[in-house]
Amino acid sequence: MTHILQTKDIRKKFYNPTEFEVLKGISIDVNKGEFLTLIGKSGSGKSTLLYVLSTMDTDYTGKMIIDGEDLKGYDQDKLAKIRNEKIGFVFQFHYLLTEFTCLKNVMIPAQRLGKYSEEEIEFRSMEKLKMLGLEDQALKPASKLSGGQQQRVAIARALINDPLIIMGDEPTGNLDSKNSQIVFDILQELAHHQHQTIIAVTHDLDFAKASDRTIEMMDGLILPS
Amino acid sequence: MKKGINTDIAVTYTVTGRKQTFVAVLGVLLGMSVYIFMNSMNNGFDRSANAAFFKSTPHIRLYKDDVLSEPLNKDTTTTTIIINPKIVPSSKKMNDPASIIAQLRADKEVALVLPQVSVSGFYSMGESQISGRIIGLKPEAGDSMFDISSFMVQGQFTDLSKSANGVVIGSGIAAKFNVESGDRISFLSSKGVTESLEIVGIFETSNAAEDKSKAYVNLSKAQQLMRESSSYVSDININLADYKRATLKASEITKIVGYKAEGWEEAYSSYVAGSRMRTIVITFVSLTLLLVSGFGIYNILNMTVSQKINDIAILKAMGFNGADVIRIFVTQAMIVGILGVTGGVLLALVVVNLMKHVYIGGDIGYFPIQFELYEFAKGITIGLFITFLAGYIPARKAAKVDPVTIFRK
Repeated sequence: MTHILQTKDIRKKFYNPTEFEVLKGISIDVNKGEFLTLIGKSGSGKSTLLYVLSTMDTDYTGKMIIDGEDLKGYDQDKLAKIRNEKIGFVFQFHYLLTEFTCLKNVMIPAQRLGKYSEEEIEFRSMEKLKMLGLEDQALKPASKLSGGQQQRVAIARALINDPLIIMGDEPTGNLDSKNSQIVFDILQELAHHQHQTIIAVTHDLDFAKASDRTIEMMDGLILPS
Repeated sequence: MKKGINTDIAVTYTVTGRKQTFVAVLGVLLGMSVYIFMNSMNNGFDRSANAAFFKSTPHIRLYKDDVLSEPLNKDTTTTTIIINPKIVPSSKKMNDPASIIAQLRADKEVALVLPQVSVSGFYSMGESQISGRIIGLKPEAGDSMFDISSFMVQGQFTDLSKSANGVVIGSGIAAKFNVESGDRISFLSSKGVTESLEIVGIFETSNAAEDKSKAYVNLSKAQQLMRESSSYVSDININLADYKRATLKASEITKIVGYKAEGWEEAYSSYVAGSRMRTIVITFVSLTLLLVSGFGIYNILNMTVSQKINDIAILKAMGFNGADVIRIFVTQAMIVGILGVTGGVLLALVVVNLMKHVYIGGDIGYFPIQFELYEFAKGITIGLFITFLAGYIPARKAAKVDPVTIFRK
């Protein structure tokens, strides 16, 4: 199997309030189409690792390769382009742009990419919303939706550019069990049938157990499974 | 495509914050219109003041200046021959004025040339006397340079040319002697010549001192009063096509003809200083107003940036780079700026048009303001530039937002 994401000896320090090594040499290989969860107590460094993997946090040492590209020396603009094309995000607090409709929220990353015409983007966005059972909500402002619905819109948005990797920071952390199950099923469907790679940080052990692979972290290191 | 989405987002932010947008637009609108209005007004003032000013002053006056007698031998090592130099008492006569005038008329920059003879002396009527100055000139030429006809309160100025003995006197003299057109007064020149003159007209300028001392006669009459020949000229008045070139042109003329040519800016430096000071004050005040409206835009954008810090983080996570974020917020500022500038230009047009029809009175007449394309263009350019800066500074701050710190809060 091909590795979609590889890291070698990732280290990161926080300097505030005191110098503290939060990641102490993380080396992982993530396969294409894998549903991977990261677990660990708070402060174990799992979220920090996720943000490093997301390319948003560039303050680390070590090697990272996404889809065969070594990201060493990439500037912010290049990394932004990679995020736009290859990575989709789902956050704990859904983080939609509240002043836009759901449909527009889904469309924005595709409009940024500019690969398709406006009509195609709108059509594809509707398709993604339909897949997540939200076609009725498409034209409502994002702020008018329930938490579960907003989280599904966020997933639709993460999917719009057909990313290679979907990253989630506690994607179900803010949802009740019913909605959690819905989100989990969607993610699993994506990994197993669309061959998109999922990397999610979670507290939810049931969620983690049901995934393909779980990496447990403690004090900045990966615990041997 | 990419540009489209940034504009899209900017428009949405502008519309959802429409109250703030409205206030900022209003600020720019007012700043803009007052800027254009004040600068147009200043130009109007300058123009009307200059028009009034050049009715009594030529752009350049050419005359023979008094000079101190100089030692024949300039070698300072030898004994000085003249030990107490004085002004040469020779007449203020220019040599061959006709050829100088011909030379000046050939110059393309020179619009009008008016030779004149000025005579000082006393007007008298019975026992009473008034000291004053008579100007001798060719009436038609004098009228076209100074527009004396516009000051006439009695008679026609050009009638002077029909009467060799005629005189046009100031209203102050007329009042003191209680005379009017058709009456006679006499004038005793500094050369001791007395002439009886017939009043053909009376003028009244906005300068009371001139009205009490000045009169116009034909050039030949003034030459007689000076006991001089018909070639005698004491001053040559020169008007240029562009009055702003007077000082430069004057020094050029001095070099060519050898007599003193004095530009109006040199002759009336306090008038020039006054008008310059007014321009400085108006420019300063109006620019400050525009700047303040720029602060309005800066304020609303700063607020938007802090309110939308989550949005900015999400956009960055989704692959928007720093330049995109700057474009979004600069576009928002430009929307406000363009709305405000457009409104300001329209308001300025309305105000200028209204003020144009306000009657002030005096020799100003209507409020001296008109549509000044240059001032409008300058206002629009400065307004948009300030808008851009007011947007760019907060936008740059937004571009530096680190999404990770926002998400981890």
